[in-house]
Amino acid sequence: MSEDLTGLAYLMAAICFILALRGLSSPETARRGNVTGMIGMAIAIGTTLASPYVLSYTWIIAGILVGGTIGTVTAVKIQMTALPQLVAAFHSLVGLAAVFVATATLFAPDAYGIGAVGSILTASLVELSIGTFIGAITFTGSIVAFAKLQGLVSGAPLVFPGQHLLNAVLGISAIALITWFSATESYQAYWLIVALALVLGFLIILPIGGADMPVVVSMLNSYSGWAACGIGFTLGNTLLIITGALVGSSGAILSYIMCKGMNRSFFNVILGGFGAEEGVAATTQGDKTVRQGSAEDASFIMQNAGKVIIVPGYGMAVAQAQHALREMTDVLKAAGVKISYAIHPVAGRMPGHMNVLLAEANVPYDEVFELEEINHEFSTADVVYVIGANDVTNPAAKTDPNSPIYGMPILDVEKAQTVLFVKRGMASGYAGVDNELFFRDNTMMLFGDAKKMTEEILQSLN
Amino acid sequence: MDPTKIMQATEAAAASAATGSLISLFTVFLLAIFVGYYVVWNVTSALHSPLMSVTNAISSVIIVGALIAAGPTDVNFSKIMGFLAVVLASVNIFGGFIVSQRMLQMFRKKG
Repeated sequence: MSEDLTGLAYLMAAICFILALRGLSSPETARRGNVTGMIGMAIAIGTTLASPYVLSYTWIIAGILVGGTIGTVTAVKIQMTALPQLVAAFHSLVGLAAVFVATATLFAPDAYGIGAVGSILTASLVELSIGTFIGAITFTGSIVAFAKLQGLVSGAPLVFPGQHLLNAVLGISAIALITWFSATESYQAYWLIVALALVLGFLIILPIGGADMPVVVSMLNSYSGWAACGIGFTLGNTLLIITGALVGSSGAILSYIMCKGMNRSFFNVILGGFGAEEGVAATTQGDKTVRQGSAEDASFIMQNAGKVIIVPGYGMAVAQAQHALREMTDVLKAAGVKISYAIHPVAGRMPGHMNVLLAEANVPYDEVFELEEINHEFSTADVVYVIGANDVTNPAAKTDPNSPIYGMPILDVEKAQTVLFVKRGMASGYAGVDNELFFRDNTMMLFGDAKKMTEEILQSLN
Repeated sequence: MDPTKIMQATEAAAASAATGSLISLFTVFLLAIFVGYYVVWNVTSALHSPLMSVTNAISSVIIVGALIAAGPTDVNFSKIMGFLAVVLASVNIFGGFIVSQRMLQMFRKKG
């Protein structure tokens, strides 16, 4: 295949990827978009295999078969609640693949036309080391994120004195090493860059707490794109650059949206430790009493309501309560109750997590609304059913400037006639803040597992 | 023309392409960031999870570099690295697209 034809085919692939993302602007076009993405990938792989650089196919076919099988089986079997950790695991693979490709390039630069061993162009060396640096950070960072999401390590932020200083020193050393490597093409410098980036990946993600994972997962998504970009610059391959830039900006935008959903700056999240400090404004509730209710009470209240809004949170995902929830709302809908769902931007452990779980339980997506769309409706709702959410409903975010969550946009559930809170106990939310809503007259606490409680309500409805 | 002159001319052309291409690659890079910015802001927030898995799948286009590394007939360190990268990227491509499709199949309207 000629240079020009190859370039044209790569351009087609890049356009397919852009259209794939474009398709996600609405659920109707999204499936077609995803298929367009697959076509783009097929074009990219086919074009490369037809290029004069690829002479032997045995290893390649074996590699694609092995990897493809693992990927397919994983993707088919994975439970939707485990989606965040799956995505984190996938990010780590992209990161590691970037390191491998960079290494291969360093040891056989002639295959890519960027010089010979010992005399690789300086610009290529800079790009290569940056690509491998970001790739290695993505790899270990995503492993930590995976371990936290999977519950292999505690989701609590891990902070130790001198943490930021250590990271800063490592960061500066990385710049020095990249300079050394680019000037000398020293293998020693290269491996040091890789090792340092691997350590840095661990250190950056460890101090970030479980509920900040939506930001972390988005950020690593972004990194994996930039790593691909770095490799693209090294190889002079525009397809890699375009795709990497698309992915990089996508992850960055998601991180921004997640940060805004918590009213925290990106640096505040990255520097970590949130939720580790003692709640300052908390523990002043003293001997206030809560009104506790049973499943029968809840079913009675909801049956007689005209309009019910459901507020799901991470607790629903943990308890796998989405199916029971949908059955419950089906019965209510049959009884003439108007049902809608309200999703906070940072509900769950990854962007859009709740939407996928509700979709899995066959909740139609036109019943599901974002914060801005539905927030004004709480005042006209008879009942709000809060299942597994806490901090995102806490009015302290609006009223208490001392609260760690002050300024965070919240769902105004307190404006509804009655608030039903499904909760396992009185423990405060992730931010370590008491929720004054629990003690209000129009709140009824339903203590128990989210799934069990919802099933009990369903039983008493029938 | 004698062969050494042709060699020199080719080398000079390659060098100028290499220096000139950095700017053109950078141009492509910046324009692609703008495209990404506008396209991604149009993605509905309900589909942010599929967005992540789709971007994750397409970032595995890094397999292009891996295939070239794994392509030569001689077995050396680079080929092994390339092979490993092909395996990892394939896990991601298949896994990422399939899990996205599974997710997107679930988004249905009323009735």
